[in-house]
Amino acid sequence: MAAAIRTSTWLFPTIETVHVLAITMVVGTVAMFDLRLLGLASRDRSITEMHREILPWTWASFACAVVAGFLMFSSDATKYYEDIPFRLKMLTLLLVGINTAIFEFGAFRGVARWDREKNTPLAAKLAGGISLALWILVVGFGRWIGFTKQ
Amino acid sequence: MLQNFCNWLSNTPVSLKIQTVLWIIPAVQTIHILCISIVISTMAMLDLRLLGLTGRTQPISRAVGRWVPWVFWTLPIMLLTGIVLIIGEPTRELMNPYFRAKMVMVLVVFLITLLVYMRNKDAAYWDKRAIAAKFAGLVSLLLWVGIITAGRWIAYY
Repeated sequence: MAAAIRTSTWLFPTIETVHVLAITMVVGTVAMFDLRLLGLASRDRSITEMHREILPWTWASFACAVVAGFLMFSSDATKYYEDIPFRLKMLTLLLVGINTAIFEFGAFRGVARWDREKNTPLAAKLAGGISLALWILVVGFGRWIGFTKQ
Repeated sequence: MLQNFCNWLSNTPVSLKIQTVLWIIPAVQTIHILCISIVISTMAMLDLRLLGLTGRTQPISRAVGRWVPWVFWTLPIMLLTGIVLIIGEPTRELMNPYFRAKMVMVLVVFLITLLVYMRNKDAAYWDKRAIAAKFAGLVSLLLWVGIITAGRWIAYY
């Protein structure tokens, strides 16, 4: 399978296109939610409403991105592993996971108290700001792979 | 003739600067990608509402008013980053059929979005025209997917 992806003229670009489409959906939807946490957008909507309506799309898109990403990685695993931006991207994704977990099991537990507030607690703002910054890095590193991977 | 223009452009000081300073093109592409993330997710939200697949408890006019402004704010940044990329690599973009297809699709989807937005001045307009709304939503969604696909395939021509 790895060889098939590597040698085909259209298979890799197609998988990569799915990956890019999925990532744009992940980053876009996460940005909507993070900007709400930061109190910068959609201030008239409750946090829980956005969490319920938007984040399922984020997760579904993320799953697609991971599958497509794994297929691309497997097509040339050693070369990807040796690529520094690729490693940085994976590390940043790990940080995204940690930040998400801290928010979901921490500040979000008490969301009922500030669900409709335009001015959210500091922990929520930090989670949103860090998330946004990390995802921008993910996209940057991802694009950089294209310029450095052998 | 266009190739002559590309050749001329790629030899201008601005273009040479963009070509030779290693981080400019990747950085500008990254901003371009971040912008399209905003655009496609907001437009997907709008198109899903136009298609009647989500958020049916609220009228369509609310979705239009909420999501379309994101595109209007982001479009200038996309145009600016796009122009920088064209100036930096004129032939790679302007002589590329995927790029040209992408530009046609961008124009069409922009006109559709503008139409949806303008008709929405009458708040009941789209709720009264379910089939037209669904058509607009479907075509818009397909165009956005097409735009991103064409954008990625520029590199493979």
